[in-house]
Order: sequence, then structure tokens, then C-alpha cells
Amino acid sequence: MAYPLQLGFQDATSPVMEELLHFHDHTLMIIFLISSLVLYIIMLMLTSKLVHTNMMNVQEMEMIWTILPAIILILIALPSLHTLYMMDEINNPLLTIKTMGHQWFWSYEYTDYEDLAFDSYMITTDSLKFGELRLLEVDNRMVLPTDLPVRVLVSSEDVLHSWAVPSLGLKTDAIPGRLNQVTLTSMRPGLFYGQCSEICGANHSFMPIVLELVPLKYFENWSASLAQ
Amino acid sequence: MLGTDIQKPPKGKWHTPPFDPRFPNQNQTRNCYQNFLDYHRCLKRMNRRGKSTQPCEYYFRVYHSLCPISWVQRWNQQIKEGTFAGKI
Ligand SMILES: [Cu+2]
Repeated sequence: MAYPLQLGFQDATSPVMEELLHFHDHTLMIIFLISSLVLYIIMLMLTSKLVHTNMMNVQEMEMIWTILPAIILILIALPSLHTLYMMDEINNPLLTIKTMGHQWFWSYEYTDYEDLAFDSYMITTDSLKFGELRLLEVDNRMVLPTDLPVRVLVSSEDVLHSWAVPSLGLKTDAIPGRLNQVTLTSMRPGLFYGQCSEICGANHSFMPIVLELVPLKYFENWSASLAQ
Repeated sequence: MLGTDIQKPPKGKWHTPPFDPRFPNQNQTRNCYQNFLDYHRCLKRMNRRGKSTQPCEYYFRVYHSLCPISWVQRWNQQIKEGTFAGKI
């Protein structure tokens, strides 16, 4: 999860987020190279007395400063498309969960094997236990198994919301009347926090998302204990 | 009537709905709706011919997994009132 004064992304928990982090670092490096080059040339031009004011028709230079940016753009576009299509890929999921946005809480539905549905409200600051996170804890967490693809269907009962978990690289709009599908695969167990990411009204800041990722065995115990 | 009373999924071995090549996109609204329609069409056909409705269970399980509970409730209500927009 995020920590105070954090600058970068959260640690990746899913292959998709891993990929996104790589892409971010790759693009940032290119931006750094370009910025330092531009800065260096500006400094050079400001401090040097050798200025070519009569330069015209230098075709070689024109060629270079047309083709070089094109190559750089391709070097950014290719990994970007790669990540984009990787995120879009639908592996056969082993579990389907529905998450519905409400004003102002999330509700989760596990209806594959038994009818299991519950609401997930934020815990208010005055009822937090020691060590719990302000504005991030919920009363009923969304429990999921690790290491296998889970289909999450996101929708809304009222206005636009957005279901987001940064460390898993997920952000899906919750739109009333529409079901959006996203695949979630986690590489390790743990608690993962997210927040509603589409302005949805007065308590938009107070409808966090908490995923509790546990090994399959524990997930089965959990769902069995809730089902009866 | 028309199987709207069945709310519990039937027993038996069952996987979550597999990938459906008709709905390869992020938007799965149609996937849910189509399977809901197919279930009711299937029931109607089977009942008219006096056959077992057991094969329709597949559609039931798919739409039961995919559709939000509130949508199914609303559609079942509309079917009961005769105001459902789909062609069953
Ligand atoms: Cu919201």
C-alpha cells in the first residue's frame, strides 16, 4: 500500500502491474534522456558565442531531427501496445465476482457456487482499532484466492464510480446499466487497498476498497463459513 | 411461472462461465442479458414440447454468475408483470 510522501508506484502484486511498472520506468528514462539533452543544448547555446545565424537548407540535420523523434516514439509505442493487449487478454477465469458501486459503499456478490452478497462500508475514524489505516479500512473485505485468474465484473447501482486497486494495476469504471470485466491475478497473499476513483458525490472519499488475498484453501473455508 | 421462482443454483459440478467468443470485450452487459434471455427461451421451448428443462440449467448458471443480483430481480419482476422488454 501507499506510505506517506511516496513518490513512485506501489509494489506490484500482479503480472499486469509488473508490466505497467516496467513501461513507466522505460518511458521515464527516455524522458530523462531527452530533457538532459535539451537542457545541455540550451546551456551550450546560451554560453557559446558561436551561433549559426545564416544556416539554411541543411538537409542532413533536418533528416536527423525528423527520424530520431519518430524512432523514439516507436520505442515508446511498442511496449505500450504490448502492455495494453496483455491487459486485455482474457484467460479462462476460475471465479467470477461482481462488485457494485453505491452511494457510498461497495457491495460484492459471489454467486458462482452459492448466493453470497455483502456490503463493504468504510470504518469511521473514531471506531478504528490500533494500527488500522484511516479512511482505508472496511467492515467486510473482499476475500479472493491468490495465484489464479479471477473475473471481476464492475457495475454501479446509481452514479459513476470507479473500482481501483493500484498495486494490482486495476482501475475499472463502474457504470450503471453496464458490466465491465477485468481480470485479477495476484502473485502473493495480503491486504490490498484502493479507493473509489470517480467523483461520485459527497462521500466519494469515504468508500475504500480492501482486497484480502489468501491461498485457495483459506478462501474456501471463508466462503463456506459465510454460505450457510 | 417461467422459472422465475428458482433462485438457488442447481447442485452439481460447475465452473464459472468460460470465455465466450461472442463477447470478447470488456463490456459484458450483453453476455449477462443474452444468457438470461436464452434461459427463459430454453425453458419456454422445453415446456412447450414437454421435455426436461435440465439442459437449460447451463444458461441459468451462466447468467446467475454474470448478472448482478439487482438486475435479475428487476427482470424477474418485469416478467411477472408482463413488462419485460426482451423477446422470450
Ligand atoms: Cu464512488
